[in-house]
Amino acid sequence: MSKVKEILQKNKNKKRDALIGLLQEIQEAEGYISKEAVLEVSRYLGVPSSKIYGVATFYNQFRFEPLGKYHIMVCRGTACHVKGSASVLKTAEDLLGIKAGKTTRDGLFSLETVACMGACGLAPVISINGEFYAQVSAEKFKKIIEEIKAREKKI
Amino acid sequence: MTIQEELKKQLSTLPDFAAKKFVSTFFQGEDPEKIASSLRRENVSKPVIYIGAGTCGLAAGAGRTRKKIESLLKEKNIEAEIVEVGCIGFCSGEPLVDFTLPQKNRICYSKVLPENVEKILDSVFSLKPQKENLLGQFEGEFPWEGVEYLKENPFFSKQKRIVLKNCGIIDPLSIQEYVARGGYLSFIKAITTMTPDEVCDCVEKSGLRGRGGGGFPTGKKWKLAKAADAHEKYLICNADEGDPGAFMDRAVIEGDPHRVIEGMCIAAYAIGANKAYVYIRAEYPLAVKNLKKAILDARANGILGENIYDSGFDFDIEIKMGAGAFVCGEETALIHSIEGKRGMPRPRPPYPAVKGLFGKPTVINNVETFANVPEIIRLGHEYFSSIGTKNSKGTKVFALSGAVKRTGLVEIPMGTTLKEIIFDIGGGIEKGRKFKAVQIGGPSGGCIPESKIDIEIDYESLKSVGAMMGSGGLVVMDERTCMVDVAKYFMNFIQNESCGKCIPCREGTKRMLQILEAITRSRKREKTEDALRRFEGIIELEDLAKVIKETSLCGLGQTAPNPVLSTLRWFRDEYEAHIFDRKCPAGACSEMLEYSIIAEKCKGCSLCAKQCPTQAIMGAPKSPHYIVAEKCISCGNCKTVCKFSAVKVS
Repeated sequence: MSKVKEILQKNKNKKRDALIGLLQEIQEAEGYISKEAVLEVSRYLGVPSSKIYGVATFYNQFRFEPLGKYHIMVCRGTACHVKGSASVLKTAEDLLGIKAGKTTRDGLFSLETVACMGACGLAPVISINGEFYAQVSAEKFKKIIEEIKAREKKI
Repeated sequence: MTIQEELKKQLSTLPDFAAKKFVSTFFQGEDPEKIASSLRRENVSKPVIYIGAGTCGLAAGAGRTRKKIESLLKEKNIEAEIVEVGCIGFCSGEPLVDFTLPQKNRICYSKVLPENVEKILDSVFSLKPQKENLLGQFEGEFPWEGVEYLKENPFFSKQKRIVLKNCGIIDPLSIQEYVARGGYLSFIKAITTMTPDEVCDCVEKSGLRGRGGGGFPTGKKWKLAKAADAHEKYLICNADEGDPGAFMDRAVIEGDPHRVIEGMCIAAYAIGANKAYVYIRAEYPLAVKNLKKAILDARANGILGENIYDSGFDFDIEIKMGAGAFVCGEETALIHSIEGKRGMPRPRPPYPAVKGLFGKPTVINNVETFANVPEIIRLGHEYFSSIGTKNSKGTKVFALSGAVKRTGLVEIPMGTTLKEIIFDIGGGIEKGRKFKAVQIGGPSGGCIPESKIDIEIDYESLKSVGAMMGSGGLVVMDERTCMVDVAKYFMNFIQNESCGKCIPCREGTKRMLQILEAITRSRKREKTEDALRRFEGIIELEDLAKVIKETSLCGLGQTAPNPVLSTLRWFRDEYEAHIFDRKCPAGACSEMLEYSIIAEKCKGCSLCAKQCPTQAIMGAPKSPHYIVAEKCISCGNCKTVCKFSAVKVS
């Protein structure tokens, strides 16, 4: 909770228009938007918490549950779709045993889809914790996940 | 005219004090031409290695290549400068690495990976550049013999670069390098020698139209906002590039952020705005980083701030990060989002140019539109309007992707045909497959079939074939792509992204998606009402499309049916094959495929049976297996795991 307070203290005299930025900062620090954070921001801005929640749920970026250690984003842009990102996504869902938008029970992987990452020339693209992987086929995806799993086991 | 003469000429058009101030800020008061030339690295004293490190370059492995180059240089004891540049646009050749040696032109290599970089490096430094992976040399005073010029490369030869001029050439983080290529002179010229009306006039006469998709004349928009009576006005740069398949805004901001800032400065001066926002997607972290740095540099060098060059004009730019909502590309929704609200559009009029952000007159332009402005002021509206077709002037950047050999960013004069882009620049379809269609304009655009790819690109001609310019994504599709699947994909996208404010868009797109899903569903999973939906299919799709088009509130809804309508118009037979024959001619709709095992090839290893999620595969070990059709869900697992290619798809 202290992190949220810190962020709010750092941003003095902000009005409603700073809301999305604040939420982004909170998510950056905490990994997700907690109920407490919504209430805190609501008190700080003097905007009803229902409105804050309304804004937060409108945008795809905001999450309301903690993120796994590895954040996998599968691009579902047109170019990626044409090049077979649907099968990559399906492999990912089967392999991790979760649907897009969820986190595995061990807290290791979160799977999300994104409208377009803007690297269409290298489709299909995925990113893991912000690092981009180009021309990812279902097989290549399996390999990447296996590598991560092996690395995690060692630790 | 060479760049040196150009710089001199531009400096001479400024008033004395402004020219002096400019030279002292950016060239420390020394001979500007000399410094600019060294900043352009025309005649270097030690070797320079450029690494294309845009998002796409990094995804292809530019980071690893850089590390390898660094260790190689250390090993071989070579002293060289390493510069990270943006993306030159040749995505399929990434990672790109350029070399400039003393007394030699810049030379460009593609697909430079840690494995082959040593060979390339050695060949260049021994002055015998290897032909493999060589893309070409840049123009300059010291040509390499027997090396093709980059501008002769088929990918570049038909392009005309205005917006992308510096992308991949300069270090995007250096304001000086931008200035050395004539940057910020247009802005200083505008505020010191031109009135806001003259600037608006110049842009209007150039014929520049909004590059975000709508195609509204930019100069006219500015004039509307200028005429509005208010003591506060705002400028917004729309960098919320949500169209799947478009990435030119990202590349421009990553590779040449100062060009966008300069365009914004000029626009703000023209309309009398003192504050601007850049609304940029959070999915583009590198672009945000480069833009932040560029804004700080512009402030530090007196380009942004108060009373810029004693003109009495104050201006500053703030970055607002989008939070992942496609509808925020619509201008009124974008305004709501900046105000910290849900990004929902509102009815127009009043237009934002009259009543926009915080209720004040606001001009919203796309990144590419702004990036065109400095060049218009620098070279005059006559130059700009001499390029292009009657109603569409200048150039347009397209993001070419999909099933072509060469993908990337291409900037072509308006009036170039689609065929030239796909077959000359893009090199045709990969792996010898057949061209089927090209999707243009993202979810608001449409698919253009082979019979229509001879049309010359401009705003009107694209509309006439059921597509639109959109932001400029060009996704090429080959024979393996199913057009019904593409329509379904876009409808799914729109349905997810519809903000839910108006009913036609919210409910109508959902209904259209249901119909498309019913059309592509397998026979086994079909319920009674699905069969009805399937037969109603085409008729109802067209009816719904018409209603949604006419009654939706914003551009998202009004253009949402376009992908369906255009595929229906040009590929009706494919829809019919799905509906009546229950077949997907392209073999892309996985649910419609039927799997069977060829008994002669099956060795009975039972690998497929173990992988089958529904236990649909039966058979005793070491004897041929078979698939129970009723249980099969057409997942394709058996085909992937079979080592004897005994699984047949029909």
